[in-house]
Parts: sequence; structure tokens; C-alpha cells
Amino acid sequence: MKEIKIKTKDLTLYYGSKMALNSISVEIPQNQVTALIGPSGCGKSTFLRTLNRMNDLIPNVRITGEVLVDNFNIYDKNVDSVNLRKKVGMVFQKSNPFAKSIFENVAYGPRINGVNDKKKLTEIVETSLQRAAIWDEVKDRMHDSALGLSGGQQQRLCIARTMAVDPEIILMDEPASALDPISTSKIEELIFNLKENYTIIIVTHNMQQAARVSDHTAFFYMGELVEFGKTKKIFTVPVKKQTEDYITGRFG
Amino acid sequence: MNSENNNGIPGQEEQKPGTELTGQPAETTEVNTSKFVFSNESLKKQMRPSEFFAEKIITGVAFLSIAVIILIFLFVFRETLPIFSGKAAKKTELSTAKQETYGEAAAESSSGKQEVYGATDDTVVTTESQAGDSLPSYSGNESVTADQVTLKSLAGKTWMPVSENPRYGLLPLIIGTLKITLISILFAAPLAILAALFSAAFAPRWMREIIKPAIELLAGFPSVVIGFFALMVMATFFQHLFGYETRLNAFVGGVAMALAAIPIIFTVTEDVMTAVPSTYKEASLALGASKWQTAFFVTLPAAAPGIFAAVLLGIGRIFGETMIVLMATGNAAMMSLNPFESVRTLSATIGAEMAEVVFGDTHYNVLFLIGTLLFVFTFALNAIAEFYVKGKLMTRLQGKTS
Repeated sequence: MKEIKIKTKDLTLYYGSKMALNSISVEIPQNQVTALIGPSGCGKSTFLRTLNRMNDLIPNVRITGEVLVDNFNIYDKNVDSVNLRKKVGMVFQKSNPFAKSIFENVAYGPRINGVNDKKKLTEIVETSLQRAAIWDEVKDRMHDSALGLSGGQQQRLCIARTMAVDPEIILMDEPASALDPISTSKIEELIFNLKENYTIIIVTHNMQQAARVSDHTAFFYMGELVEFGKTKKIFTVPVKKQTEDYITGRFG
Repeated sequence: MNSENNNGIPGQEEQKPGTELTGQPAETTEVNTSKFVFSNESLKKQMRPSEFFAEKIITGVAFLSIAVIILIFLFVFRETLPIFSGKAAKKTELSTAKQETYGEAAAESSSGKQEVYGATDDTVVTTESQAGDSLPSYSGNESVTADQVTLKSLAGKTWMPVSENPRYGLLPLIIGTLKITLISILFAAPLAILAALFSAAFAPRWMREIIKPAIELLAGFPSVVIGFFALMVMATFFQHLFGYETRLNAFVGGVAMALAAIPIIFTVTEDVMTAVPSTYKEASLALGASKWQTAFFVTLPAAAPGIFAAVLLGIGRIFGETMIVLMATGNAAMMSLNPFESVRTLSATIGAEMAEVVFGDTHYNVLFLIGTLLFVFTFALNAIAEFYVKGKLMTRLQGKTS
């Protein structure tokens, strides 16, 4: 077993008076891909967003419990969520490049972190794009608008943009749900390669995708963590009946 | 069939017989309704009179409203035409002829002193400064036709339409308008844009719900009230503050106009900023940008074309605004770039003089020319706002290469 990167303790979250997460306790290992599966509205995206405190932006959210990253509670009073998000990056369901050039999109993150040296920026942009396996496709049009790229390219650009700020954890919220099979397989391949350097947590509705890319799988249902374990085990010999039903497609 | 379905959820089994039961009557009704045949008869074109007329009426109303606007413009434009055609020459010749006989009679009866007298009567201020100006045009009055004089004087530096020797120089009016517009947009645009940025990006929701309607209320403020406020309160206050000489001047007018333009710029800017996709903001925040960085480097640039349009709309409003400038600027047509001197704008000129003008007179026509100018200015502004912004937004949001 690898080292534990993220650990939640009794993490409970309310939207107003509605409970969205019910005391989730889970240990997510380092440099592995962890998939979160479950039916719509089960809290997996909410859980993902607690990990980089994106839920702070939504009014009326109340959170109890702890989220420990490297044994440090990120919900501590003195934690600056801005600095936290630099280390816990996020890729969204809908690819959302800025309406800027490809270069500017990737350079945005380093720039707001104070990197202004043109040479260094170019270097960061190049390595990020290479890691995201999109460099060859865009190297000749770095200064074209990012919105001219295809959906799959845009999503990989967003991944490159996330990597440009050098995070340790990358959260992915259904990164391939709006993409065609070819783009999806490219993203999956990318995820597989990225886990060497990053701890990746991915929300997905696609069971096969979870089985293909992840090392560990967490099954959420109705705001509760039903089962967590090695992906192989979850998909072959799940402990809970609910998990089995969901995976075999009986409900959800 | 049934045996295969058995390993499904037990609920399905119960449904099966039910659907079979309802299946039978469904078939019989199908037989009943299956009389429908695709034929010329059943699919014949049908007249729907109420819909037809409703559609025509709506079309008519739409075209009527467009036609009214065009007709207004045509009317205004038609009234300016005599200046450029010979028509006005006769009219003005008539009127000037009368004046000339008047002047001649005066000249005959007395001496040349009378003429100077008459001139000073009309314009107390300008006789000293424009003495040199008035002489050549006066002498030209006899040899050159009247409309040429008018045309020439349109580009002149003096607006003196009711003097014995009328001069219709639009330059001071245009300068006055530009001066006021510049001053007031310099005040209004930054204030409105920053207020909108605050409201869209930083303000908590409850505060936003107060700020936005409050500023929008200001847009419905009668301009007379703003003008009155400027005239009575702001003018005095600014005079105390800066200690300038003329109490009513371009600065006071400009600031008052900013009050009128701020709500427009604010509302449009705020709408554009809140329309910036939240995915942009989320992406930025997820990269570790602070709220401030997100607002400044993501929201503001993404909204830039819309903000440009908002500023143009504000300029349009300032351009056409009459009441505030009429009340707060002192209304002296002066050629000066000093912001603390009185000005007279194009719109205020129409507002102040149209009621006293002789119908069909050159003065009357020139006022309509000013109207046309105003119309063309604002039309051009709006056209730029519309087309430039549309094109820009297209390239921004649909990813054409910039």
C-alpha cells in the first residue's frame, strides 16, 4: 500500500439544511488514481469539491469534520484557500479554457503566481502542454484562441493549465463526459501517465472508465460512502450488495 | 419470454399482466381512430383567420414603429435641406432684404454709428472679441448670397443667430458638447465600471441586491431634478471647492451629466460581467487565483467588449441630454478649452432657441441641422457599439482566431 495523501475524518456537509455528505471517512493513497462513482446527486462531486475548498464559494454551505492532506487539516482556520488551490488543482466537467490564446491559457496560472520572466513562462507552458500530450497538436498555433480547439483538445489544455501551477493533487470532475470515445481514450491514457507525478481523484459516471483508469474506487450513495477499496476488488467481488447492484447496472 | 424476464426485478413481473390487459382496449381504440388517412382531404391547407390577422397586426405595428423613427429623421433632415439648396436663399434674402432696408433706413436716417449701436445692442459680450470677425462677413452681405454666408459661417467660431448680422458658427457648440462629454465620461466611466465590478465580483449577494436596483433607480431620475440639483447645490459646492469665477460651467455640467450616465454604464457593465460564464471564474479560482485576480484578469477582460459598448451608450446619453446642460452649464457659446468656463452644447441650443425661432428662417433650419448632427452622432455611436461589440464577442466566445 502506498502512502496516504488525503484522509477525511467524519466529513459532513450541509447545503442549508440539506445534508449532502454524511460523515465520510476515507484514505486516498498518493500517486494513485482514485475513482469516485455513484448515481447522480449522491455527493461525489460535492466530496471532490471539498478537497480544494471550492465549496467555499457557494453560500449556505456548512462543513464539519476534517480533511487532512499530508496530515494537515485544510479546514483549519488559518488556511488560505487560495494557496491551497495552488496545490490541489481541478479539472472540470465542461472544458473551460479562458477566451485567450493557448499560450495565455497555460501561462495564466504561473503568471498570477508571480512568474513574469518570458523565458521561464515559455518553458513552463511547453512542459505542461507536453505532459498533457497536446503539445504536438498546438505547438504551431500557440497564439490562436483556445476556443478554436476541439472539445477533447480543450480538456487536455485545461489539464495542462492545471499542471502549470505545479499542484500535487489533481481533482477531475467527469473530465471526459462530454467527449467522444477517441478523445476520452486520450484523456484516460493521460490520466494513467500522470499518476506518476500526481495524486489523481476522478469523478466518473462511466463504470468502464473507472475500471480502466483507477487503482482505487469509492462508491457513493445518498451522501454516504458505501464502499471503498481496490478497483479490482470493487468490480469483481464487492462487499456490499448496493455496490454490486450499481456496478452491474441494476440501479442508478 | 416470461422465463427470460424472470431474473429481472420482481416488479417487472407484476407489470407484465397489467400491460397485457390494457393492451387489448388500446388495440380496439386504435382500430377506431385508424380511420385517419393521409390524403389531400385530411391534410388540406387550413385557414386560421385569428392567427393570420394577429400576425399581420404585429407585423404592421413593428413596421410602423420603425417607420415613425425614420419619418422623424426625414422630417428633421428635410428641414435642414434649405441651408444647402437655393430655397433658403430666397427666404433669407427676403428676411435679410428686410433687415437691409431696415439697416438702410437707419443708415439713411442717421449715420454709420447707428449700425454699431445696433450690433452692440444684440451682443454685449461679443462686440469686443468678435469685432474683427464681424466686419468681413458684414461687408460680404451685399455681394454674396445669404445662404453662402450661412454655409460659410457654419464652420465659424461664433454662434450669434439673432444678431442683426446672424452668424451660425457651430464650432463653439461642438467644442462645448465634446468638452462636456469628455468631462462627464471621465467621471462616469471609471466610477460605473468599478461599481459594477464590485457588485458583480465582490459584493455579497444581499448587498448586490441593494446596490443594483439602487443605481438603476438613478437611471429613472428625471433629468430636470439632476439639473436642478446641479444648479443649486453642486455649482455652489464646486465653486467653493475650486474657487473658479463662473459659477455655472462645463465642469459642473459634466459632473451632473455623469450622474445621468453612471446608471446606464453601470447596468450594462454589470449585466455583461455577471454574464461571463461562471466556469471561467471557477477555472481561475481552481488555479489558485484570488478573488481579486480573478475579477481583474478574467472577468474584466472577458467582459471588455460589453464594457466598451456600455461606455458608448453612456456617451450617447450624454450627447443627447438636454435639460441638465441647459440648467447647469451657463449656456454661453464660447470657444475655450478651459473646463471652468461656461459652455453651450448642441442639444441645449435646440432646447433653448427652438421656441423663439421664426418658422422657416435660416436660424430655424440651422437648428434642425444641429438636430441632424446629433442624430447622426448618436446613430454612429450606437452602430459602433452594436457591430464592433458583436464582432468582438463572436471572436472571443466562439474561438475565431484573434
